[in-house]
Amino acid sequence: MQRSIVNSYELRNDFPIFRKKINGKELVYLDNASTTQKPYTVIDSITDFYSNYNSNIHRAVYQLAEEATNMYEQSREKIANFINVRPEEIIFTRNTTESINLIAHSWARTNLKKDDVIVITEIEHHSNIVPWQILCQERGTRLEYVGVDGNGFLDLEYMIELISSRKVKLVSLSHMSNVLGTIVPIERIIKIAHEHDIPVLVDGAQSVPHMPINVKNMDCDFLVFSAHKMLGPTGVGILYAKKEYLDKMTPFMGGGDMIKEVFKFHTNYNDVPYKFEAGTPNIADVVGFGAAIEYLEKIGMENIRKHEIYLTEYALESMSSLDYITLYGPRDTKYRGGVISFNIADIHPHDLATIMNDHGIAIRSGHHCAQVLMERLDVPATSRASFYIYNTKEEIDKFVNAIKEAGRIFKI
Amino acid sequence: MSDDIYREIILDHYRNPRNKGKVENADVTVHDSNPLCGDEIDIHLKVDEGVISDVKFEGKGCAISQASASMLTELVMGKDLKIVKDLKKEDILENIGLTNLGPARIKCALLSLKVLKVGMIKYYSENDPQSADQIRNESSLY
Repeated sequence: MQRSIVNSYELRNDFPIFRKKINGKELVYLDNASTTQKPYTVIDSITDFYSNYNSNIHRAVYQLAEEATNMYEQSREKIANFINVRPEEIIFTRNTTESINLIAHSWARTNLKKDDVIVITEIEHHSNIVPWQILCQERGTRLEYVGVDGNGFLDLEYMIELISSRKVKLVSLSHMSNVLGTIVPIERIIKIAHEHDIPVLVDGAQSVPHMPINVKNMDCDFLVFSAHKMLGPTGVGILYAKKEYLDKMTPFMGGGDMIKEVFKFHTNYNDVPYKFEAGTPNIADVVGFGAAIEYLEKIGMENIRKHEIYLTEYALESMSSLDYITLYGPRDTKYRGGVISFNIADIHPHDLATIMNDHGIAIRSGHHCAQVLMERLDVPATSRASFYIYNTKEEIDKFVNAIKEAGRIFKI
Repeated sequence: MSDDIYREIILDHYRNPRNKGKVENADVTVHDSNPLCGDEIDIHLKVDEGVISDVKFEGKGCAISQASASMLTELVMGKDLKIVKDLKKEDILENIGLTNLGPARIKCALLSLKVLKVGMIKYYSENDPQSADQIRNESSLY
């Protein structure tokens, strides 16, 4: 097993929450696929904004407003650089869910007709299912699923068949499963779709925080992700779209900041990206997200990916020594991020999570907003541990010991 | 702590549930689930002259929700509806011996009572709407 370059023991000092005790124990936070903890630099940048720069952006001409506007727009630049796109291709939303809904509303609703097909997959989060169902009910558009095997690997042959035989107008899929950790061959899929002139929306909520992403190489048409899953604040989502799409998209919400001129009965809309950012945005948290990006870049996304491979391999190895554990997802970390779903004999995931909490360990239990995948796997629920830069080998030892403790309590 | 929650009796009812299944010609059948965790309970009731003559449950979910449902069926079997109507959440938590649950897990413990009360509202609403309203109003479960 290779060693990790990330010194997670040292990094933990940057995160105030790890001083907190749960049931008298140190917090072992293993629910990072859900949301991540925040370093001082992010928390401080928000305090700094409200203390020293607070004002509304894009309007007033006084110094404070100019400074606030600069900080907001600098965050946009940092995020654009981070995924290698242009700043005007970055739209701020509330979260990944809102980003997908924006595309459904402002692009798909106006461009897709009755019987046009949207292709998604069985690993999708509810946020990449429900907006399309709503659209289909409204427009008579059709939804088709690409199936997955028990490890979350897509049936690529079926996807190709769908793409070449049906009126497919959009492929929308997750880059990495939030349940199984499976990483899909996204570049290959995008290439196939583009050969048929079909745009691809990539749900990067689980991938962008955990591995290097270069949109220019990936060549996706839309990419969506959330700040809070990558050390940033809640309430900030990102929508990247190729400029050629943004230029043709209709507004999402109407109001201030998205306009150039308003007349009594019509309006000229603002330029991209502002056209899609109606109303006063979440300025302070966007600034906070900029600080999170800087923090991640200092560590290096390649190093973060390696650290998670190291932790995941160690955890999978430790867990597979217990014969009452069922592990889901690929064993080869080449195809897997730092997410491990599992079940223990007849212990329900909620009971396991309760026992884990005794030990200060936070894991997720349930359907993980992926009920279609749960049905495919034929399980009502799983337990899930997911890792990030501040997790350590010792924490995984504690986690595995707590599993053994659950086995003792449940007399397995 | 967990050792106090997952006692022998809870594990026994979880693994060997009493009154699990369907009731033939049930007077009322009710289903509900907890959207947070996916726990599901169906309760089938047969009522003869104001007395619960048969009750069975079906369901899936955590040890707390399933054991609680199993123990609830034992508690109300053969009982007069007038008594069952007045069951409070404290009675249930006491019945299963779990009075220290946190807010998330209390929902698991009380799911079966919620289903039973909805079943009784359904039963009463046909011939005794006043009692149906009473259950509705007195219950803090929904």
